[in-house]
Amino acid sequence: MIDLEFLINTLSLGSLYALLALGLVLVYGILKLVNFAYGEYIMIGGYGLYFSATVLHLPWWATMLFAVLAAVVTSYLTELAAFRPVRNKSANALIVTSFAVSIFLQNAVLILVSPRARAVQLPAVFSRTVSIAGATTPVRNLIIIGTTVVVLVALSVLMKRTVLGMAMRAAAEKFTTTRLMGVPANLVISAAFIISGLLAGIASIFWIGRSASVDPVTGSAPLLIAFIATVMGGMHSPTGAVVGGFVYGLLFNILSITLPAGMISYRDAFMFVIVVLFLLFRPEGIIKGGYTEERVG
Amino acid sequence: MSLLSRFMTFSRQHATLPLLMVPVIIAGIAINAFGSSLLLNVYTYFCVSLIMVLGLQMFMGNSGILNWTHIGFVGVGAYAAGILSTAPAVKHMGVPNMFPALVSLHMPVIPAILVGGLVAALLAAIIGYPLMRLSDFVGVITLFATLIVFHVIMTQWDNVTNGPRTFFGVQEFTTLWVALAGGLIAMVVAYWFRESGLGLRLRASRDDRYAAMSVGIDVVRVRYYSFVTSALMAGLAGGVWAHFITSFSPKAFYISEMFLLLSMIVIGGSGSISGAVAGTTVVTIARELLRQVEGTINNAHVLSFEVFGLTEAVMAVLMILVLIWRPGGVVGGQELRWPLFKRKEPGATKEAEDAA
Repeated sequence: MIDLEFLINTLSLGSLYALLALGLVLVYGILKLVNFAYGEYIMIGGYGLYFSATVLHLPWWATMLFAVLAAVVTSYLTELAAFRPVRNKSANALIVTSFAVSIFLQNAVLILVSPRARAVQLPAVFSRTVSIAGATTPVRNLIIIGTTVVVLVALSVLMKRTVLGMAMRAAAEKFTTTRLMGVPANLVISAAFIISGLLAGIASIFWIGRSASVDPVTGSAPLLIAFIATVMGGMHSPTGAVVGGFVYGLLFNILSITLPAGMISYRDAFMFVIVVLFLLFRPEGIIKGGYTEERVG
Repeated sequence: MSLLSRFMTFSRQHATLPLLMVPVIIAGIAINAFGSSLLLNVYTYFCVSLIMVLGLQMFMGNSGILNWTHIGFVGVGAYAAGILSTAPAVKHMGVPNMFPALVSLHMPVIPAILVGGLVAALLAAIIGYPLMRLSDFVGVITLFATLIVFHVIMTQWDNVTNGPRTFFGVQEFTTLWVALAGGLIAMVVAYWFRESGLGLRLRASRDDRYAAMSVGIDVVRVRYYSFVTSALMAGLAGGVWAHFITSFSPKAFYISEMFLLLSMIVIGGSGSISGAVAGTTVVTIARELLRQVEGTINNAHVLSFEVFGLTEAVMAVLMILVLIWRPGGVVGGQELRWPLFKRKEPGATKEAEDAA
């Protein structure tokens, strides 16, 4: 059962989930906002792919750039229009705002495009399969793993070596103190949203690539995965999010294999029950972080 | 103190309830006498929403925890009451896979609704304690995940709920008067709960968890009792709703309906009964108007496409605007007092801001 194919599957699923979780946790770290609109960035990214390919007839690499750009711009705009004015209000106000933003984006797409799913064409490389040492796997899975490695390396360089990265880490630790050190709050928060949008855009290419179609509620499934992965991994550090993503991928694959056929439709319920039970014993997640409840204000 | 002056003090202290109930009752009588059947339906739906929103307010407003699972308990109550009150022959036809033991169950509507509420409360009592230990963001996400577990079970367990298909054949019982009575009872209960010792301790734990613990409040236990009470109210609301709508599917107990309840409580202000009632009123009216607009646009064929989702999109924008300008909701966490217009006492709005 545990062979190379299972390993590659788990790694690629885990990579995708890690990307999703990472984008969520970056904003959470600084703003202490559980961003319900995060799934919608992925949905907008998917529509970016669709729009640039079928209307603008761009080559495939440009459609991907376009999708990532669309997600980044959406993320930044939602920060400007909705989250910035509510930032210093209560925690629930922020969460409800993000939920309203999510509902708004979904329905805006519903009105402007269509409630029906749109087919998205991706280059043939994505669906081709390849065999490595006897294990057959879609090339897509290998691309996901490769991309994730590159993104994680780039992000850790950004966070560890640049001034912006240090400011962001400091802001996640103690926001007020960071501001007193002369770091502009708006810059750090906007940067977090832009990086979050970037990760959502990259993830959207692979997420949409799996189903090859996009509809207004595409975002809810990845959002949920990001939620659970971050909670499980630990909400206080990017490392926790990545670990959570991989653990979630592993758990998902194990349940898919071991559950009897009649129970497979309950898989999601099982996953959440496992996660809730896990949280009861370790509410801070797998990776503990410096626990701060301080909010931006 | 003479009996009269004691009565006067009492009625002034609790003037909130009549101030809220009288307009609702008058509106009900007027709509029953003069309203069209559409208006009658809207008003009945308003009263049922009122029960749900007040149930939500009892826990979420007083504890500050965003309770996503609320609509799930409404669903549990609706299915339980529906299964109990529907005649075996109808269930046999409508839900072919149902467990035989459930098919044979049958009781009058009112006990069925009550049992539905108890089932929801029992479920809350079983799952609630560990959930109440989690605060803040982990708590919010876990409650959200719990709602999804509810939804998955409702859509998959076709021996009970008919799966994702519609559960139909529930008899119509909830008239305008039944819904109105339910709404009024809900107001009294929610008000009483907020003013009770338990409600006060819960509000203290919302405003400052550690300070509340330091004066000896067992925060988890207080939250737990309130969660169960709130679920009881949700279950009862579900039963009343089921006998109004008569056929429903698990879709009705999911994120979009929860968004509606949230918009009601957030726009009005979750910190008070007055806020919950005001929010329910505003949102019900706004939603009906928007629906009319949407319908008119679609029927007039002025646009080349059908406008879906306009109502939700506008509601979302409305909600964000309210949160930006009045994070405590329109009413702002305070109860209506008699006399209605009095100079504001300094510091009286602090609670309102925290309650958002």
